[in-house]
Amino acid sequence: MAIPSSEITSQTLFEDRRQYLKWLAGGAMGVGLGAWAQRDALASAPMSALPHVPSAVPGARTIEKLTPYADASGYNNFYEFGVDKTDPERYAQELPIDPWSVEIEGLVRKPGRWALEDLLKLSPMEERIYRLRCVEGWSMVIPWVGYSLAELIRRVEPMGSAKFVEFVTVADAQHMRGLKSNVLQWPYTEGLRLDEAMHPLTLLSFGMYGRVLPKQSGAPLRLVVPWKYGFKSAKSIVKIRFVEQMPQSAWMKSAPQEYGFYSNVNPEVPHRRWSQATERRLDGGGFFAPKRKTLMFNGYADQVAQLYSGLDLKRNF
Amino acid sequence: MRFVRLNRCLTHATAKPVVWLLCLLPLAALVLRVFEQDLGPNPVETLLRSTGDWALRGLCVVLLLTPLQQGVGLTGLGRMRRLLGLFSFFYAVLHASIYAWLEVGWLWQDMWQDVLQRPFITVGMLAWLLLAALAATSYQAAIRFLGGKRWKQLHRMVHAAAWLALLHFYWMREAKNNTQEVLIYVAVIAVLQGWRVWRWHQRRRQQRVIRP
Repeated sequence: MAIPSSEITSQTLFEDRRQYLKWLAGGAMGVGLGAWAQRDALASAPMSALPHVPSAVPGARTIEKLTPYADASGYNNFYEFGVDKTDPERYAQELPIDPWSVEIEGLVRKPGRWALEDLLKLSPMEERIYRLRCVEGWSMVIPWVGYSLAELIRRVEPMGSAKFVEFVTVADAQHMRGLKSNVLQWPYTEGLRLDEAMHPLTLLSFGMYGRVLPKQSGAPLRLVVPWKYGFKSAKSIVKIRFVEQMPQSAWMKSAPQEYGFYSNVNPEVPHRRWSQATERRLDGGGFFAPKRKTLMFNGYADQVAQLYSGLDLKRNF
Repeated sequence: MRFVRLNRCLTHATAKPVVWLLCLLPLAALVLRVFEQDLGPNPVETLLRSTGDWALRGLCVVLLLTPLQQGVGLTGLGRMRRLLGLFSFFYAVLHASIYAWLEVGWLWQDMWQDVLQRPFITVGMLAWLLLAALAATSYQAAIRFLGGKRWKQLHRMVHAAAWLALLHFYWMREAKNNTQEVLIYVAVIAVLQGWRVWRWHQRRRQQRVIRP
């Protein structure tokens, strides 16, 4: 599907909108509202640039209309900062992310701790434009910056007995107000089969929209697995563990009848409470835009379907 | 009698129009946000949640009226009952219309499938139908037609509607463990209904004392 470049929110239009907010903050509509608008303008201050080249991985660059940056960074599920969609942007900014390191452990020949600086240099940064499908029935199109997780996995040399990879994310009770509630077991963990983790589309991401990740989107590094529901893409990772048995993810522990290990995007397998056949694309198109049909493996079937040949996807949801 | 002045205000000719306008405020705010394009990244969700919230808040207000009238003595509130009940239903109508229009695009077959297959939509629809029955019998002629006693029995269904609405809300939020807000509404409704049970109990005890 060809999208004319005129459909994409241009940088100047984006700046204009910020300008409008600042104008609003200038007092045209009263001090209270002004302060609110100023907050909004500040919250979307641009992050520092992260140099990159376009990815050459097949399927990694959809040409669909991008979700506006303000929406991708202002409408998030990141329960560590609160259950409301706007909580992460509001409350994530206190999280300290420098210094940061990732512990590699389990069934690998080269376990150890990787500093973020070394991970940033490990492989050339690529930009990939992925569809992101949330299990709740909405989707976005986001340009991520990073490289295939496989680059890191190869360097730590998994043993033959390693069959799964578990991702452990940060649980900093001092700076994450959501940890006070018991909506999930902390830390949030996710998992992939080793061959899924090695797939070139599985991205270790450090940035989006050409800049480093904002904290509400999982800074300083996160996973992006475009053919699975969004919650599989663990944010703010601190540990990667190679194991033999299938790990239990946070959502599996919480509601095993609703969230399975695979969680591949699949229009034919409804969530227990709603259909997954359609989705609402959040691309700034307004509320009259009709919902669109959800595609098998979120439209990445050509690249990933062979990973699941012979697997009953209804039972292994 | 307590609250003489407040009750006088409530029975003043302008009281009803004022409450009318207050009830329209949430809608006005929502319409303003539509024109300002300030409904957030997921505008349909914002419209759905907001109208649903106000229908439920309306039910809480309606259930608060009897305790305020009988327990506190704000007897002047009696005139507001129908008005507030109808406004709660009005927001429920907006909620259901936005679902039918923007969620399923008036595809009746899809909607029927949703009602049959998704328990949270089933109970939401039941709550809506109950409220519709109450709204449809809210005028004087209906009271005369049904007879006061039967009409009152019918309108006690508002309690069932409240619990169905809460279940609808709870099941929706439970999917992502996001139920704290729902539990606040559960607590409010439980207290308001608990007061009625307590009052009924007291009255029965008094009656026993009077007629041994």
